[in-house]
This record gives sequence, C-alpha cells and structure tokens, in this order.
Amino acid sequence: MNSKEAAEKIREMFPEEVREIREYNSQTSVIVKRDRIKDIIRYLHSDPLLNFDLLKDLCGVDYSGKKETRFEVVYHLYSLEYRSLLRIRAEVPEDDCSIDSVVDIFAGANWPERECYDLLGVVFKGHPDLRRILLPEDWEGHPLRKDYPLQSDLGEKEWKGYLDVIELAKKNMEFETK
Amino acid sequence: MIESVISSVGINGFAGSMIALLVKIAIVFGVVMLHVAYATYFERKVIGHIQLRLGPMTVGPHGILQPIADGIKSFFKEDIIPAGADKTVFKIAPVIPVFSALGCLAVVPFFDGFVLANINIGLLYIFAMSSLSAYGIVMAGWSSNSKYSFLGGLRSTAQVISYEVALGLSLVGVMIMSESLNLTQIVEAQQKYWHGMFIIPQFLGAFVFMIAAFAETNRAPFDLPEAESELVAGFFVEYSGMRFALFYMAEYIGMLVMSAISVLCFVGGWTLPPFVLEAFPSLAAVPGIVWFMLKIYFHVFVYYWIRSTLPRFRYDHLMCLGWKVLIPLALLNIVITALVKYFC
Amino acid sequence: MPEQKGKLRKKELTINMGPQHPATHGVLRLELDIDGETVVKCTPHVGYLHRGTEKLGENRTYLAALPLTDRLDYISSMANNVGYCLAVERLFGIEAPERAKFIRTMASEMARISSHLLWLGTHALDIGAMTVFLYAFKEREWILDLFEMLTGARLTVTYPRIGGVRNDVSEEFLSSLYKFTDEFPKNIEEYETLIDQNRIWLQRTKNIGIITAEEAVNWGLTGPMLRGSGVDYDLRKYCPYDAYDKVDFDVPLGKNGDTYDRYRCRMEEMRQSARIIRQCIEKLPEGPVMTPDAPKFTLPPKERILKDMEAMIQHFVLVIKGPVTAPDGEIYSAIEAPKGELGFYFISNGTGKPYRMRLRSPSFIHASVLPLLCEGALVADVIANIGTIDIVLGECDR
Repeated sequence: MNSKEAAEKIREMFPEEVREIREYNSQTSVIVKRDRIKDIIRYLHSDPLLNFDLLKDLCGVDYSGKKETRFEVVYHLYSLEYRSLLRIRAEVPEDDCSIDSVVDIFAGANWPERECYDLLGVVFKGHPDLRRILLPEDWEGHPLRKDYPLQSDLGEKEWKGYLDVIELAKKNMEFETK
Repeated sequence: MIESVISSVGINGFAGSMIALLVKIAIVFGVVMLHVAYATYFERKVIGHIQLRLGPMTVGPHGILQPIADGIKSFFKEDIIPAGADKTVFKIAPVIPVFSALGCLAVVPFFDGFVLANINIGLLYIFAMSSLSAYGIVMAGWSSNSKYSFLGGLRSTAQVISYEVALGLSLVGVMIMSESLNLTQIVEAQQKYWHGMFIIPQFLGAFVFMIAAFAETNRAPFDLPEAESELVAGFFVEYSGMRFALFYMAEYIGMLVMSAISVLCFVGGWTLPPFVLEAFPSLAAVPGIVWFMLKIYFHVFVYYWIRSTLPRFRYDHLMCLGWKVLIPLALLNIVITALVKYFC
Repeated sequence: MPEQKGKLRKKELTINMGPQHPATHGVLRLELDIDGETVVKCTPHVGYLHRGTEKLGENRTYLAALPLTDRLDYISSMANNVGYCLAVERLFGIEAPERAKFIRTMASEMARISSHLLWLGTHALDIGAMTVFLYAFKEREWILDLFEMLTGARLTVTYPRIGGVRNDVSEEFLSSLYKFTDEFPKNIEEYETLIDQNRIWLQRTKNIGIITAEEAVNWGLTGPMLRGSGVDYDLRKYCPYDAYDKVDFDVPLGKNGDTYDRYRCRMEEMRQSARIIRQCIEKLPEGPVMTPDAPKFTLPPKERILKDMEAMIQHFVLVIKGPVTAPDGEIYSAIEAPKGELGFYFISNGTGKPYRMRLRSPSFIHASVLPLLCEGALVADVIANIGTIDIVLGECDR
C-alpha cells in the first residue's frame, strides 16, 4: 500500500485523531494529535497491509510562534515490503510537553527519543531510560528550542563543566615555561 | 680459555675460578643486553618491511642507532607513580621479570664449553625461573591500582599457569631421548643421530613447545595481558620511563631465552647435523656460536613474522587451546616417545 | 563481614572504556560491568563531540550549511555533501545535469571505498591483525590523493554544490581513477588472504554480535548492518538517486547477521563500488556540471563578480539572504552513505535558511545497538562489536 492510501487508512481508523493530511514533493505527512500516537504507530507497524516496519527517524520540531501547538514530534516510517515512506507529525503543546514513547514498538526509537528530550525538552512517557544523551547531565535548557540563543555571553551562568576547564587552564598557566 | 688467561696471571684455585666466572657473566650480560636492544630494532625493521614501510630511518644510517636513542630517552624520562598505587610493590614489580629472564641465561650453553653454570638440572632450572616472571606481572597489575592493569595481571596469571604445563610436558620427550636435563648433554645427544636435531623425531613436542613459548613470553597472538586494543596496555599501563623499559627488556630477553631453549633442545644447538657436515666438511671450521646465533635469530624472526600476521586470540579460546589441544598432544608425545624408547 | 555471616558479597567490576581508548574509534564511552571476562551490562555514553550541527544549520543559509556536513562523518565527507545537496535540490525541485550526476555517483563510491578501507584497517587492528591496517591505508592514501586531484582537499572536500558539482573532472583524474579500479580488486584479494581464512579471525568474528533480521529492522539499522542480517535494503536500488539507476551493481547480503557476515558484506561492497566507478567513467556523458538554475543557488565566479554589476548583486544576495526562492514545505531525503542511511529532513519557511534541519545519522542509531550486542559477551568481543558497527563519532554526536 502506498503512503497516500496509508494516510487515508489512518484517517479511517482514527478519525478523531487526524488533523490534516499534507503532501509535498510526493511525500505524505499526516498531522495527528498526540494522545493516541502509540496506537497509531502500533497500527501502522502491525497491520499486514501497511507493514511500516522500519522507523527511519524520530525528531522534534519547535514551531514557536508559527503554530498554535508549539512542538511537533515527527516520525518517519518506512515499509520495506511496499517501499513507501510515511511521515507522522504529532502535535505536542508547550504547557504539557509530553508524548507516549514508542520504544516498545520500535526498539530503535530509544536514542532518538532521548535526543528529542535532550534538545527540545519533550518528555516521552514510558521511556525506559530518559536521560540527556548528547549534552552533559547537568546542562540547563534545551538548545534546539527557537528561544535558545545561538551565541550569548552567560558569564557566571555558564555551564559548570566549562567554567571548571577555564579555571584549570588558568591554574596550569603558572607551570608554563617562561 | 678465560681460565687459562687468568691462571697465567698467577691467580689460581677458587679465586681464579670466581674471577673467571665474573668475567664470563659480564660478557654474557653485555652481549645479551646489546642483542636485546637490537632485537627491538630488528623487530621494527622486520615488521616494517612486512607492512610495506621502512621502520626506523632517522637516527643513524637506516636508523641503526635507534635502540640507543630509545634507551637514553627512557632512562631520562620522568618516572610517574600513580597516587593510589602500592608504591613498594609498584617499584619492585618490573625488576622481577628482568631478573628471572636474565637468571635463565646462567644455564644456557652458547657454544661447546661456554656455559656459566653447567648444572645437571638445567631445564628444570629454566622452568622455575621463567615462571617467576608471572609474579612480576601480577604484582604490576595489582599494585598499579588500575582496573585495566588488574585485568591484564589476572589474564597473565591464568595464561602463564596454563601454558607452563604444556611447555614443561613438551620437553619431556627430549629428556627421554637424551636421558638428561643438562642442556649441554642434550645437544651432544642429538649428535648421535644422523639428523642431528630432535625436531625430526620430536616434531609434536617441538610444535607444542613453539606455541607454548609464544604464550609464555606474552607475544602475539597470545599478547592478551597487554592486549592493546582491549586493555590499552594491560599490566604496564601505569608504568613510564625506565620501569616501563624494564618490562620491555624482560619480554625480549624472555624471547631470546625461549628461542635458545628451542634451539638447544630441538635444532641441535651450536652443532650442525652430521649429514650436512659430511657433505660440506669445510663448514666444521665455522665456530659454533655462529650457528647458534643464526638459529636463534631465525626463531626470533618467526616471532616477529607471526606477530605481524595473526590476529589476537580471545581469552576463552586461548584456554581451550592450552588445555584441550596442547596438553593432550604433549602427553601423547611423551607416551609415544617412551614406548619407542622402551621397545627399540 | 559480620552482618553477612558466611556470605560473600559479590559485585561486578565496572570498567570505563573510553572516551580515551585506542579501540573506541573516537570519543565513545562504554560503561562495562564485567564479571570475570563476561560483560554483564553495557551502557554507551555519547555526546562528547556534540557541536550542535542542527542548530547551526538553522542559522545559516542553504549554501553556507554545506561545509558543516563535511564534519559529520569525516571519513566519507563526499557522501554527506552529496546527501545534503540532493536533499536541498529535492526541496527546491531542481535537478543536477546528467554529467554532474555521474560525477557525484563516482565520488560517493570513492568515499565508500575510503570509508570501508578505514573500517577494515581499524577493525582488523582491534582484533589484533595489524598488517591489514597498513595494507588498507596504502590504498586509502591513493583514494585520498585522487580526492585531492578532483577537489583540492583530501578529507573535507565540500565538492558537490546545490545543482551540480563545483568543477568538471579532468582527463588525467579519470585515467588515474580508472587505473585504481583496475588494481583495487586485486588488493582486496590481498587483504582477504591475510584474514579471510585465518582461523583466529574466524573464531573472533563468526557467531559474534549476532543480530537477527527482525531485530535489525526493529532497531532501525541500515546499511551493511542491516544487509549483514540478510535484509535486502539498499537505497541505491530501492529509490535510486543520482546515476545509480544507470549503472549495474549487486547488493551483497549476509546470512547470519554476525560480525563475519558484516565483514564479508563490506568487502563485497568495495568490489561493487569499484565496478560502479568503472561504469561511471565509461558512461560519463558530455555536458555542463551545473544546472541552468544554478545562478539562483550558486555564487558566480570571482572574475565576473569583479567586472559585472549583476553578478555582484547576485553574490551579495546569495551570501546575505540565501536562495530566497525556497518553497514553504518539508522534505525527507536520504542517501546510502557508507555507514548506512544518511537522511536529511528539512522544513523550509520561504526564507534562505531552513526552519529546521534534521540529520538522521546512521552512526547514532548503530551505537544504540551496542548493549544488545555486548551484554553476555566477553570483553574482547566488545572490541569486535565496536568495530563491526562501524561508527564515526562526529556523525553520531553531530
């Protein structure tokens, strides 16, 4: 089944959930509410007619000020059998920034979900090990959010690990050969 | 020869023989240490050429002075001792392998009549001394207070103990055939046969000995205690400077000693096979030490060759090979040799 | 211990492998709980090389973000460049001319050979066969020289452009590349004589790190990791890009999904790459290497900027604002990079900068599978497993 048909199929199965089906450049995206995302993904994964068995990618997007709901979690699903790619975009509001984890359906979602939590602050409910992955554990803020500056002088509020290194470098200056 | 020179000066009796012994020790020590230094150079050149590169080239012509530069460098390097280490043990540990490896040289006859101590249990003495070096490795691994060196030390203990058995058993066949434990007599016993070397009737024993010797000296493919890619450098990961160099020296002396035993027990030591001498009688004029050195260097070359060719064993495979293949083979060899000796 | 009479307290030894360790291929850190030599628990930690490429990409024009992709998988920067350019081209709806497509195909396959050679050398070195490393690097040096001939750079090439490639290939380059494809298969045989039938090598790789086909798909593995388990999934065949539909090649598949099968897959892939390069050279069509739309995306040549007012304005607009004809849409575009599927997900909003640039890097997904491979194995197998997943931390941490 190709991705357009699959998208219609989701609308059929979850009429309440699907907000919109969009197409651009012959790629189909289905925009859904986040509440039953796990059911949708499980349906896509287990239905033999759809058989989306490869989770190519999972990432988050910050639509700060551009859309009503601030965040989106984007799933790129691929069916090896039918060779079709489907994009599921689940809307996640800012005030309750969480969504169900799909790790028990796709084991490979583990690290991408952690990354999304790390960089955007979306909490994945039911994730076995939700820790920061790319940034240090005591890092503050989520860098991929649009309100996080690319460059700024934080001064005292700089990450402690960085300050420690600077401190150590200053201390080691006295051992330098004159 | 040395004794006659000393007696001609007028020193006789016990004092004379002691001085002669000291002179001999000095000669052996000097020659062996120089060979150890150049064994590293030889290794780097051989492996370099196998791997399509040149090896050391900068210090002296073709890098001939490289070992001396290395020695000077490691001698003047800072000796770093980790803060959490057991300092006394840490300092003693590198001395033990060097001591035990050098100790082995005492009973090795280099050519006819030149041996520091011509004792009748030479082989046993060598086994005893070479297993001592494991203590150094274990102590180094333990006292460094690092998990990597600790694992390296553990691996080494298990490995040396397992392979010691195979190593010992593989030489029993030689002992039966030569009816002696004295290395000089073993060489002489080989001359009684037309082939002049025990490797032909004792091929099983020689095979087991060769493999066990690789494991005993922690050389590739049995270099698990140091296993660079797994344990970084294993038991000597925390060592630096001269202490580190001592471990290196011990490894190379150990390699020379193992090659020497192999040469003496299986390939006829400093002698040539009788059939070769019959064919080319003029070869008898060449001093025995030349053949001895050539044979040793061939063995050492094999060590390097194998190091550059084979991947590293895994710990459990190593144990399997030791206990399930080598020891039964060595025992089979003993049984066959004993039966042949009894009935023929 | 008085409180636990007659009972020994048993605890696993925790060793910290990396981030500075000779066998972790960069700054990967593994926390291993070991019981004797057996690994009980393995926790990978990544992120030591995180440079915020996705965030940087959002703040740069489409043109300026291209060099960032070089620094992802720095072993095969050409493949990353091609993937990036292809994604942007698909977003803008333009297409590179035929000749550029062939050149890109050729260059990506060169990147695959160089990446696989580095993998082979380091993997063999980790397992202890050190001569293979230097043999493989001899040929890799040749490939890098060819890259230098083509692009002027050896490692971070930044050669493809949106809508084509930067410069045309020379005859001299083509003939020496052809000579390379002639000799390279013989060299592969040489590596194989060293390790392929070696019993220690077989013991160290066969039945080590097994991933079944179902597991591999479920974990989202791609590239040789997936094909080693016998799943026929290669983007070059599934949805051909550039000139892959015009050349003939096979996709090698494994059977058991162990380290040895993945090794065989990659060795065969190198042969196929040489075959693809040969065909590309033979079939290389004449024509331009930049699309006619290029002025909208590519900086005009320097001499024109100095003489021509229009070119100057165009240069200025491109540098400051980026290609402003960007549509309001999104695209997921992936290529078969040497390590696996390298995907780019762009969301554009009509400005010259992407609204969101997402990188789907194979190394990140492959590193996450390490606990599955290592738990229950021996310490020595951990090293073999790190080698077989073939990760580059620059790409993993982005």
